[in-house]
Amino acid sequence: MEAFTTHTGRAVPLRRSNVDTDQIIPAHWLKKVTRDGFEDGLFEAWRKDPEFVLNRPERQGATVLVAGPDFGTGSSREHAVWALQNYGFKTVISSRFADIFRGNSLKNGLLTVVLPQETVDALWALTEADPTAEVTVDLESRKVLAPGIDADFELDENARWRLLNGLDDISLTLQNEADIAAYEAARPSFKPRTITA
Amino acid sequence: MGRTLAEKVWDDHVVRRAEGEPDLLFIDLHLLHEVTSPQAFDGLRQNGRQVRRLDLTIATEDHNTPTLDIDKPIADPVSRAQLETLRKNCAEFGVRLHPLGDVEQGVVHVVGPQLGLTQPGMTVVCGDSHTSTHGAFGGLAFGIGTSQVEHVLATQTLPMARPKTMAITVDGELPADVTAKDLILAIIARIGTGGGQGYVLEYRGSAIEKLSMEARMTICNMSIEAGARAGMIAPDETTFAYLKGRAHAPEGEDWDAAVAYWKTLKSDEDAVFDAEVVIDAAALAPFVTWGTNPGQGAPLSANVPDPAAYEDPSERLAAEKALEYMGLTAGQPLRDIKVDTVFVGSCTNGRIEDLRNAASLLEGRKVADGVRMLVVPGSVRVALQAVEEGLDKVFKEAGAEWRHAGCSMCLGMNPDQLAPGERSASTSNRNFEGRQGKGGRTHLVSPQVAAATAVLGHLASPADLSDAVTTAGV
Repeated sequence: MEAFTTHTGRAVPLRRSNVDTDQIIPAHWLKKVTRDGFEDGLFEAWRKDPEFVLNRPERQGATVLVAGPDFGTGSSREHAVWALQNYGFKTVISSRFADIFRGNSLKNGLLTVVLPQETVDALWALTEADPTAEVTVDLESRKVLAPGIDADFELDENARWRLLNGLDDISLTLQNEADIAAYEAARPSFKPRTITA
Repeated sequence: MGRTLAEKVWDDHVVRRAEGEPDLLFIDLHLLHEVTSPQAFDGLRQNGRQVRRLDLTIATEDHNTPTLDIDKPIADPVSRAQLETLRKNCAEFGVRLHPLGDVEQGVVHVVGPQLGLTQPGMTVVCGDSHTSTHGAFGGLAFGIGTSQVEHVLATQTLPMARPKTMAITVDGELPADVTAKDLILAIIARIGTGGGQGYVLEYRGSAIEKLSMEARMTICNMSIEAGARAGMIAPDETTFAYLKGRAHAPEGEDWDAAVAYWKTLKSDEDAVFDAEVVIDAAALAPFVTWGTNPGQGAPLSANVPDPAAYEDPSERLAAEKALEYMGLTAGQPLRDIKVDTVFVGSCTNGRIEDLRNAASLLEGRKVADGVRMLVVPGSVRVALQAVEEGLDKVFKEAGAEWRHAGCSMCLGMNPDQLAPGERSASTSNRNFEGRQGKGGRTHLVSPQVAAATAVLGHLASPADLSDAVTTAGV
């Protein structure tokens, strides 16, 4: 996983709540068997509208998505995270994320930042008034900084450590292989097996 | 202090607990399908890893599979490639697979329980958010992303932060024609699509205890639509009776040992939940959605709400956008909404009881002119059972299409889709924009409401059918 320390970029204000993963990447894109090439599927239905915020010339090259509450609800598709990253987003800010989407994002180095809705409102107002305004998301200091905005955010220490160092979860878990083997040895015999070993 | 059911199951699966780290949980059953697994198998290959526990892993094909002409090559080359990728991966790594055409093939969340692989007190994961279905047996079951699929394949464990617990107590008698689907839609409308976020929901109370396993699965299935990763129901005699004799259920002494353990799986009387919601079953009515998320629902007797009535600006905006997308007007009676398509199926309502419920209302009746009705069994086994009971004939005689098993019109990944602007009454789980096909409009309903709607051509409850008969007879 790519490490995340700090990122500064222009923002896309997405004034929508309950942006579900079917909106982020529609199901027909899920037939792909790779982790890349999803950028054209991102918000595919909404992008047909030339006035959709992502289509505006002043938003080209923006890397920070500022979205309404309950971003990423619905399906567990990690393709939603890949689509955002493939498009160029490094971080998403919202007042609330769906659990599975959040977990998926942090495993891929897409930093999802939870801020109070008032701060999200302030970021929307700022970046709508001035599309060139830059937003900094600093994971070291756990701060979001922009002209007139200085907001702290929370992220549990373990997730932060893994992101800062770009650590692979599987390798970390395999360091505890002995614990897994010990647990397996003690499992009750009535637990089902899909195949007889 | 006592523990909740969720806490008991959690504690029984902790492989490693350390300060400042998420718990490392052992996974008892890993279900795979074609959509969320290819990149995970690639990850294993790139790192030279194997599947740690093939005996706790099983795969089937469901999202991409067509429900017509299944004996012919799959027409969409991209869908075909994805299914072929799963077949290659399962062959290479040694994973048990039930492909299209196999008697055990079907929607992954229908297949696990019917094989008896889903049992009380287990941890069950799958790269699919509706894995919450399996919590109906009193286990912890949750959807995971592809990185986690790879993690489970490689280690049979997952690092997880301990969730909070929420009790949803439903006491009293459900009125006639009010089903598990109406109940869960009403719960989601009450707590919202984010209301369950961070929680495991435990459904309890006298109304829940009376439900069949199929109905319990419908409820747990849609826990994710309230934002909760998992929903669960304490196992009881109904659970044990469902499992007894199934292919992978324990036998003999193992059965006795298992039941003795399963009986301990209930929240202690002094257990404390982080949140509690109480629902009066008797006050419920058939429920439908009018908007574009599963929380935007109302009793069928209500009118389409007026966005201006919402105090919260983001909810107001969401309601406005939803009505625009759905082509509805505030104040319009929900019963007046005409549909083009009715879909009965999915991991929410594609089990045998759901088909029986729909068929019982269609018997001797016809699907309305201009309405297309698809009935898609959740698995091949469900289809065989339905044929044995003659349900397929009832559907066909009523003018419905009887299809092969799969996810079908629940999501737009296979040929069964809505055309732009088409409107459906669907027993599936999501009414998101474009979920059933680009520009399609979805109303989530129970199988009974689906059947009544198919006959009358507009959103309707079973009671409306008997009214219609009476009127016709006068």
